[in-house]
Amino acid sequence: MEVAGFLAAAAEIFGGSIPGFWPIVGLSLGVTLTAVALAALIGMPAGALLAVSRFPGRTILIVTINALMGLPPVVAGLLIFLLLSRSGPLGFFGWLFTPKAMILAQVVLVLPIVVALTRQTIEDLWREYAEHLASLDLTGIRAVPTLLWEARFSLLTGLLAGFGRASAEVGAVLIVGGNIVGHTRTMTTAIALETSKGDLPLALGLGAALLVLTLGLNILAFGVGRVGARNAG
Amino acid sequence: MHGPTSIMPLRVEGLSFEVNGRRLLTEVDLTLDRGGVVALVGPNGAGKSLFLRLCHGLLTPSAGAVRWGDGDGRRAGVKAHAMVFQKPVMLRRSVGANLTHALAAAGHGRAARRRRVEEALVRFRLDHLADRPARVLSGGEQQRLAIARAWALDVETLFLDEPTSQLDPAATRAIEETIVMLEGEGRTIVLATHDLAQARRLARRVLFVLGGRIHEDAPAAAFFTEPKTPEGIAFLAGDLLA
Ligand SMILES: Nc1ncnc2c1ncn2[C@@H]1O[C@H](COP(=O)(O)OP(=O)(O)OP(=O)(O)O)[C@@H](O)[C@H]1O
Ligand SMILES: [Mg+2]
Repeated sequence: MEVAGFLAAAAEIFGGSIPGFWPIVGLSLGVTLTAVALAALIGMPAGALLAVSRFPGRTILIVTINALMGLPPVVAGLLIFLLLSRSGPLGFFGWLFTPKAMILAQVVLVLPIVVALTRQTIEDLWREYAEHLASLDLTGIRAVPTLLWEARFSLLTGLLAGFGRASAEVGAVLIVGGNIVGHTRTMTTAIALETSKGDLPLALGLGAALLVLTLGLNILAFGVGRVGARNAG
Repeated sequence: MHGPTSIMPLRVEGLSFEVNGRRLLTEVDLTLDRGGVVALVGPNGAGKSLFLRLCHGLLTPSAGAVRWGDGDGRRAGVKAHAMVFQKPVMLRRSVGANLTHALAAAGHGRAARRRRVEEALVRFRLDHLADRPARVLSGGEQQRLAIARAWALDVETLFLDEPTSQLDPAATRAIEETIVMLEGEGRTIVLATHDLAQARRLARRVLFVLGGRIHEDAPAAAFFTEPKTPEGIAFLAGDLLA
């Protein structure tokens, strides 16, 4: 398609004349924001704790978490599908084919990234600050809040990367969400479906929205890095 | 200060420290009484910093022990001794926030923190830098901040590891005046320094560290006028090879 046609289609979509566009964008952002927030809430303290503690099996745990960063989204989707399906162990939640299932899937995808990144960042800082913090009686878990704050810029950049990965992901949310219109249809699943149906305007519009989002995230990450450099010296 | 009881004296008993079978500190036995400035002098790599870190409890001895006179070196559960490191450690935040953080870690409330931070900034001539990120300060300014941070904690005993190594003459004099003042308040200062004139000016007792041992332990006046060992003589003459 030529550029003019593309722009016209985009204008039409962002203008709201194609039904379903904004609800899809809203749902996608809502699901991913929630998932990243949950992953950050769990993953940052866990990663920091992993960085400052020593216990048997720690190395194996770290390697496992690093490996989980490369977990194929469809496999994650399949596992959560099995967990949440009617006869699965978590079936009683009734979450399958709801946004909650999609949030869970994205948490599973983003959490290993957050934990691994936090662990690495905090461990480097820990090397630098261990003696000073021990001098202030901040050892082990008591050092974690300080270290997380010291790592704030790297961690924020990492969360933005996690947000990018989760919002661009299609396999897992398709499997556990079911791509139900008006309920669990996200930008990526809609693009997959509309493209296969030949409805290019909506697919293109959503694609443009995803690109804008990615660009925005990168600008934000760049800004965070700049501010961080100015503060960290 | 701090009433009649004290965390001092500090008793160091048979203190040894080794890494991978290499002896870095060997059977140090001594007692540090309350009050006064004790100077640790000796060539590079002698073990001065190691000794301070062991006393401050940052390292676990391979043998022997460090015993505080009272309360395990604590007052109401809070460490009553502080240390300024040879290389200043700065958090990735402002000068003021670096001070606030240490005070918060020691359990001071918000109002006390604010007052104490203000005092420290003024006393150490850092007030114009309060909002600057600490890590962009010059080496000397960082060193001053590190000392201010330890001072703000209002501890009984201070371990200072070459606190003026990067300071200009005026800042050095200011720090020395602070040390004299702290001593006057009944605090104990253990100071590692390569500045022999400084040790002579400040210290009442000198520990000459060599090869991981306390080679000489003498009143400052005696050590600087009549060192007892050939190594002590050579060290003071600037002829000692580490
Ligand atoms: N963690 C460590 N692992 C191995 N060797 C160490 C360690 N810490 C210190 N050393 C060694 O112990 C010796 C004493 O070090 P220390 O830092 O106490 O010297 P110093 O007397 O403070 O010297 P300087 O005047 O240069 O500061 C040095 O040879 C040093 O290389
Ligand atoms: Mg040293």
